[in-house]
Amino acid sequence: MAERSFKKEVEKLKLGAGERFEGEGILAVTKALLQSGVAYVGGYQGSPISHLMDVFADANDLLAGLDVHFEASASEATAAAMLAASVNYPLRGAVAWKSVVGTNVASDALSNIASGGVRGGALVIVGEDYGEGSSIMQERTHAFAMKSQMWLLDPRPNLPSIVDMVERGFQLSEASNTPVMLELRVRSCHLTGEFTAKDNIRPEFTVSDAAANPQRDTDRIVLPPANFLHEVEKVERRWPAAIEFIRENRLNEWFGPQGGDDRGTEGDGAIGIIVQGGLYNNLNRALELIGLSDSFGNSRIPIYCLNVTYPLIPDEVRDFCLGKKAVLVLEEGQPEFIEHELNTLMRRSDIQTRIVGKDPMPRAGEYTAQVIRDGLGSFLRDWAPDIAPQQPRSDPLPAEAAAQIPGRPAGFCTGCPERPIFTAMKLVERELGPSHVSADIGCHLFSILPPFNIGNTTMGYGLGAAGASAFKPKDKRAIAIMGDGGFWHNGLTSGIGNAVFNKDDTVTLIVDNGYSAATGGQDILSSRAENKARTTQHPIERAVRGVGGKWVRSVNRTYDVARMRDTLREALTTPEKGPKVIVASSECMLNRQRREKPLKKKALKDGKRVVRERFGVDPDTCTGDHSCIRLSGCPSLSIRPNPDPLRQDPVAHVDNSCVGCGLCGEVSHAAVLCPSFYKAQLVSNPGRWERLVHKVRQAVISMLQGWDGRARAARAF
Amino acid sequence: MTPQSTAAAGPKRLSVAILALGGQGGGVLADWVQTVARAHGWTAQGTSVPGVAQRTGSTVYYVEMVQQGERAQAGDPDEPPVMALMPVPGDVDVVVASELMEAGRAVLRGFSSADRTTLIGSTHRIYAIGEKSGMGDARGSAERILEAAAQRSRRFIGFDMEAVTERAGSVISAIMFGALAGSGALPFGRGSFEDAIRGSGIAVESNLRGFDEGFRAAQQELSLPEEPQSDFPAPTSETGRRLTARIQGSLPEPAHEAALHGVQRLMDYQGAAYAEAYLGRLLSIAALDAPPYTLTAEAARHLALWMSYEDTIRVADLKVRETRMDRVRGEVRAEDDQLLKVTEYMHPRLREVCETLPAGMGRAILGSRALTRLLDPLFRKGRHVETTSLRWYAMLFILSRMRPLRPRSLRYAEEQARIDAWLDEVRETALRDRVLATEIVRCQRLIKGYGDTFERGLRNFAAVMQGLRTPPPGRAPAAWAAELREAALADEDGEALKERLLAA
Repeated sequence: MAERSFKKEVEKLKLGAGERFEGEGILAVTKALLQSGVAYVGGYQGSPISHLMDVFADANDLLAGLDVHFEASASEATAAAMLAASVNYPLRGAVAWKSVVGTNVASDALSNIASGGVRGGALVIVGEDYGEGSSIMQERTHAFAMKSQMWLLDPRPNLPSIVDMVERGFQLSEASNTPVMLELRVRSCHLTGEFTAKDNIRPEFTVSDAAANPQRDTDRIVLPPANFLHEVEKVERRWPAAIEFIRENRLNEWFGPQGGDDRGTEGDGAIGIIVQGGLYNNLNRALELIGLSDSFGNSRIPIYCLNVTYPLIPDEVRDFCLGKKAVLVLEEGQPEFIEHELNTLMRRSDIQTRIVGKDPMPRAGEYTAQVIRDGLGSFLRDWAPDIAPQQPRSDPLPAEAAAQIPGRPAGFCTGCPERPIFTAMKLVERELGPSHVSADIGCHLFSILPPFNIGNTTMGYGLGAAGASAFKPKDKRAIAIMGDGGFWHNGLTSGIGNAVFNKDDTVTLIVDNGYSAATGGQDILSSRAENKARTTQHPIERAVRGVGGKWVRSVNRTYDVARMRDTLREALTTPEKGPKVIVASSECMLNRQRREKPLKKKALKDGKRVVRERFGVDPDTCTGDHSCIRLSGCPSLSIRPNPDPLRQDPVAHVDNSCVGCGLCGEVSHAAVLCPSFYKAQLVSNPGRWERLVHKVRQAVISMLQGWDGRARAARAF
Repeated sequence: MTPQSTAAAGPKRLSVAILALGGQGGGVLADWVQTVARAHGWTAQGTSVPGVAQRTGSTVYYVEMVQQGERAQAGDPDEPPVMALMPVPGDVDVVVASELMEAGRAVLRGFSSADRTTLIGSTHRIYAIGEKSGMGDARGSAERILEAAAQRSRRFIGFDMEAVTERAGSVISAIMFGALAGSGALPFGRGSFEDAIRGSGIAVESNLRGFDEGFRAAQQELSLPEEPQSDFPAPTSETGRRLTARIQGSLPEPAHEAALHGVQRLMDYQGAAYAEAYLGRLLSIAALDAPPYTLTAEAARHLALWMSYEDTIRVADLKVRETRMDRVRGEVRAEDDQLLKVTEYMHPRLREVCETLPAGMGRAILGSRALTRLLDPLFRKGRHVETTSLRWYAMLFILSRMRPLRPRSLRYAEEQARIDAWLDEVRETALRDRVLATEIVRCQRLIKGYGDTFERGLRNFAAVMQGLRTPPPGRAPAAWAAELREAALADEDGEALKERLLAA
């Protein structure tokens, strides 16, 4: 079960010709795939394309009706390899993932598919996770497109353009026998907008048709001598074909005045801007703020907008640059591949136009409208001073005020079952001293942030154990962390299998929360839930033992901090050699709440006995040291002003978002903290007997309290 | 600068930035805003970077709305106006922030500008992990943010949205939506906002209630969250009046409030005689003090805290009170027809048990290896103490009645010795450097908590007391003492303190 249900979104996929589609960018892509007659879709979830996967996963009936095959791939490599279906058959296929990490994983299959080429249109949709909100290394997918000779689309960020580019992408792929990448930036995936829908198209040729009529062409297989032919074919046939298609169909766009003395000034002062399609909106806003464009993109400076950022179209570039003194290139990230190629094109054609890029524009970081405005201002002051804006004056918030605003690093959710694992690690660290910790990708990576500050490196998804493999201990073992998602993505082989084979003496902690939780709670092989469309409930421990793991311990309730701590201590100190694997399982709290909350609500409504648990802190015994917070970091465990007039430090406080996971109590026991925590169990609709017992107890306690109260009054101030 | 001035001929455009924490419904709010705009024939676009939806992360949602002119109505609906994907500093009409520091962040990032922006921000705090996990008080200053918010917005609407959410039994996104409507910053009538809530079809009733509260709160003056107020304690008994008179007669005025609180607390803690002893100690310091009497005022506070150290009797005493159960019921929002069970997490170790015993006996056990080894396993596990059950309540109740035995306990002997040593140091220092003596008084703050935390506090206290005797050349001793104390509160492992002491 994914994080949320997408039934409503699935309805949008059914819209027919002429109807208005309203929704998110990535959902529009999903609809566009169906409108393009796609025969199969695969991919691996991750921000910012998770919704595409989730919606398709919820759209089983619709897809079955259209004969479209959908698969939640085991990894990006699996997804890319799936495109093999388009090599021999006229099948349109699309796969999606988060880039650049997903592209890294997929690169083996991508190189193969790009080398042999395709017959049916093959589209790779990459969610470019770059800039604010990104959680990965800042690299460009562009490099992959160039080195494998795949065409890279970067449409203007509005729904009609994006949808159009999906369809054109398939056509381009077919016209040039080359897989095509469609790059969407994070915000484009999540932007809302509208477009006029078309009917969904049932593929003329389906995956079952292909399976029934196998075709073979050894020239498409990467093996000598065909691989050498592929290289030539790429250069001599596919590349020119792509350029021809892009030019014919005007995939790139021009805005503003075009021609000799554009931008309203005379002759040799002419300038222009070449922009990646995805940055066009930010560029227009920057121009608008300078007074050189309007809301509808009526720029006073000529713009050449690259909806296809690879390959460049030499004729178009030449025509645009000819007669201009300088052209600004807006190209996000580095290296500046486009700028390099533009310069080469200028030299080859002997055109004297100056290509200006990473000089006024920053080398690193997202090109927001603000950044473009600044860079553009500087460009204009150099090349068109008559229309250049004033140097903007900045008025930053004074440092004393700015210093008050705290950073908000991401952390584990309220009640997260992964938190107690790291609490236990902290406690073991106090006993045995710090270990080298090789972290992985997933929610558990938040352990590297406050308050836990655990983790030395992270090398990639499922690579936690592999990242610890060089540490051959004498007496101190390294600890590797791996999530269940990473485990099934590749960790079983790259981590566990490798450790068994190489006789590693490390400790691997597999965090099993039942889902691929960080990407939205998708099911995986070891998920506990029944899933109608897939098979689940394949235990991780069995897989570990299956590849030869011997020392394997399962902890089935991570909230048991003492047990977690003891198991971890044992793993770190046992004389047994070989990899030590701990599988720590408890269900992701987000998903659990999503499932249980409505059930509880209903039970309450039906008058059934329901118990709600939550924690609290007594402010008069809390002394405001906050050790508990340093061992937890739970969002519902916070602080508030000390109600005690003599004390100054704020006291700990549990707010009503507490889900009663029990960690606070376990921690105060395991770490011998303080007696301030209490667990409250609120019983709604209690039974008759229960009520009676409670009444009797209450009567006795009230009596004692009355006595106590009188004694207290006697010594009152 | 008005929204139109940058593109004088263009259509009217409005932009709204929403700064919220994951899980606060910022996305829902952004959707509602777009729904309202579209209902009025405007083109609306929203963007966000949800990615890490965890509660602690701060997220910006951004909505742009363009009033379509004739040109667009005549033209292709698929040729929308060109909209930005992120708020541009200086180009935002409305900022809605769900928390005070997020409002501050909007100001910091330049989203709110003095000539243009309506800034709607909650004045309550959701503390960041860095503020929560400090060993003392690591909270950011709200005053500075409020000041900046007022200066750097055309209009600042601030109120405690969390309190309003509570009151309305709603969610904070509905309050923000109401405040947005109530601010009048968008040219749409109240009805269309309410229609957006109705149209979404989820929790309509409570959302509308929250919306209404938010709408009205936006019309009010700036208001801050209520802080706990401590009243000047008024005596209710004969002893109380006598001690009050003594305080007022013999202590300098700046120390009165803390001394009254101190006396009240110690009478409750042990009895009148103990409170008298407190005053006696305090007077011995006041005798060495001079205006502005900071030393005495600080001593009144810290001495009372130290003398009411948390032993097992005190903890039991605080847990069994009637007022405590009432407080718990309120805190966990128990409804009248709900039964409440309360379980405490206690772990009296052998050490704490012995500390409660008469000093001789406690010392004998702790001093004997054989006995400790024999008894220790009995007290190694934490106990789940269900205070609402008869057995456990009675146990705690009996423990709380052991107050008269306290003066004979081992812990009492130890604490009084520590207090006396500390006060000797304070008095001796006060003769030559009152400011330094005040800093020594304040070092009591380092000793707090239970078990390991308490022991760490004692260690730090001893290290600071040792270190402050030898300030580095050229350093004022008082400033040095303060610096050491802050260093002791900087980290749990005492690294900062060690470093500071080594560098000296």
